[in-house]
Amino acid sequence: MAAPRSDRSPWNWLLLIPIAIPLIPALYNTVEPRLFGIPLFYWLQLAFILLGVTATTVVYRMTRSRR
Amino acid sequence: MSTEIVVFAVLFLLVSGMGFVAARWRRADNLASLHEWGLGGRSFGSWITWFLVGGDLYTAYTFVAVPALLFGAGATGFFALPYTVVTYPLVFLVMIRLWSVSHVHGLVTPADFVRARFGSPTLALLVALTGIVATMPYIALQLVGIEAVLKTMGVRGDLPLIIAFAILAAYTYQSGLRAPALIAFVKDALIYLVILVAVIYIPSKLGGWGAIFDAAQAKFDATPAPGDGILLNSNNQLQYVTLALGSAMALFLYPHSVTGVLAAKSRDVIKRNMSALPAYSLLLGLIALLGYMAIAAGIKPIGTDVNTVVPQLFDKMFPDWFAGVAFAAVGIGALVPAAIMSIAAANLFTRNIYREYIRPDATDAQEASVSKIVSLVVKVGAVLFILLIDPQFSIDLQLIGGVIILQTLPSVALGLFGRWFHRAGLIAGWVAGMGSGLVMLYNIANPATKHAHFGGSAFPLEKLGLDTKMTVYAGFLALAVNLIVAVLGTWLARAIKMAEGQDATRPDDYVADRDDPRVHDLEIAGSS
Repeated sequence: MAAPRSDRSPWNWLLLIPIAIPLIPALYNTVEPRLFGIPLFYWLQLAFILLGVTATTVVYRMTRSRR
Repeated sequence: MSTEIVVFAVLFLLVSGMGFVAARWRRADNLASLHEWGLGGRSFGSWITWFLVGGDLYTAYTFVAVPALLFGAGATGFFALPYTVVTYPLVFLVMIRLWSVSHVHGLVTPADFVRARFGSPTLALLVALTGIVATMPYIALQLVGIEAVLKTMGVRGDLPLIIAFAILAAYTYQSGLRAPALIAFVKDALIYLVILVAVIYIPSKLGGWGAIFDAAQAKFDATPAPGDGILLNSNNQLQYVTLALGSAMALFLYPHSVTGVLAAKSRDVIKRNMSALPAYSLLLGLIALLGYMAIAAGIKPIGTDVNTVVPQLFDKMFPDWFAGVAFAAVGIGALVPAAIMSIAAANLFTRNIYREYIRPDATDAQEASVSKIVSLVVKVGAVLFILLIDPQFSIDLQLIGGVIILQTLPSVALGLFGRWFHRAGLIAGWVAGMGSGLVMLYNIANPATKHAHFGGSAFPLEKLGLDTKMTVYAGFLALAVNLIVAVLGTWLARAIKMAEGQDATRPDDYVADRDDPRVHDLEIAGSS
């Protein structure tokens, strides 16, 4: 069998960003600036989805098993 | 009105009927064994896993309960968005470990894992019971969703709930897990269609997004309630954060989510899904805003049932035939996950309680029929939750489920990373967390119906003697109590040298992947 596997990777730390940022209301609890009439509270939190997708995609690509 | 009902009924029957045909076409065996009633040991690639897991997670909760909360309380309701953003990175490293250890040891439920890890049948029993009970209010929420659609189409009195229950019971009893899994594609396509049309068409009719938010602002300014508004205030920020984080931690502890994850083909499939599932979050965020659109469109709930605002919005804004399509989407979107949830809970009972304690030598046919009966019992439990709890917002049904399921986090999620806790400490923590959680829920009033008990999930900190108007998600506090007691209990148990349970797993079991010779296909349904 190959060397023992491990889930440890420095890339995993990236996952902390989309966990922490959406949980800090001070960052987004305002109305202005609006985007297409949507208050910042709503559009910025929708934009956090991109943050989550980016972080998980990068970690997936960097840590997936070699074939 | 009649066009709506016809379109709704035809689509509803067509799509749910497709599941049966497809299930029969794929395999001709009967459903008499638990094996067939469940997923049948199949393992899935990225696409199917995406539909299966995503389809379970985005339910009537999304279409009915979240917009209703925004309609009634404003910004607080938007916690559902950070919840679904946070949950995937949060469980990313957890779920791959669960997948590995489960595939090495043939574990199918969270209770199986706890038993193998801590060598404690008592703890495993508690985890199994918790999963079954926590699923009930979550199913209740789905029934409430179907009920809201029926009400909007003009069905009145007790009939909507009775019909919703009958449809769900008949569907689950007949289909097993495979039919709902097979129609997940159609269901999601239908939902995407309706939502895309809704978020483009409705705002254009209402004068744009700016006008929608202005209308919501005006409504909240006019109400005497201090907690509402299109932004958070200093008293509900803590609740917003704890709700999002608490829900995120709870999501993948539910038996049906675990089933979906374990059915994945490999660890990479899970990882890839954790980055693809947020596509549903975008949908959820947009659907949430339907609550504000309902305000701008001047929708009034039927009676006191805020859950009817989205169906009524569709009724008012769409031509009759498309309203029928939308209602079918919401109805099927509630039916399918409710079926999957009740089957997952029933299989949990059969595997971890019936076969473990009641009838170790049960035949396949006996197990299948027990599972079917239990899935009915679980649904009756769901109806009891609706009749007895009656919170102000239906979303609280799911949040109450969260308070319950979160108590398994120390043994299941933390257990995947280490074995520091003593099984006695975990049991003590569970008892303390569940006890304090239920006491808190009991003491939350419902301001809408003036009931003093079980009115929601936001616990006012002033009840603890603190001089503040802040509220916090009860599940979060209960989990904190659970963890503290588990730590103290572990110290105590070690101090008095109580016997440690046997750990059947080894560290490298948690990182084994598909190519590892120790990894076997799982029998997801529970019989082997």
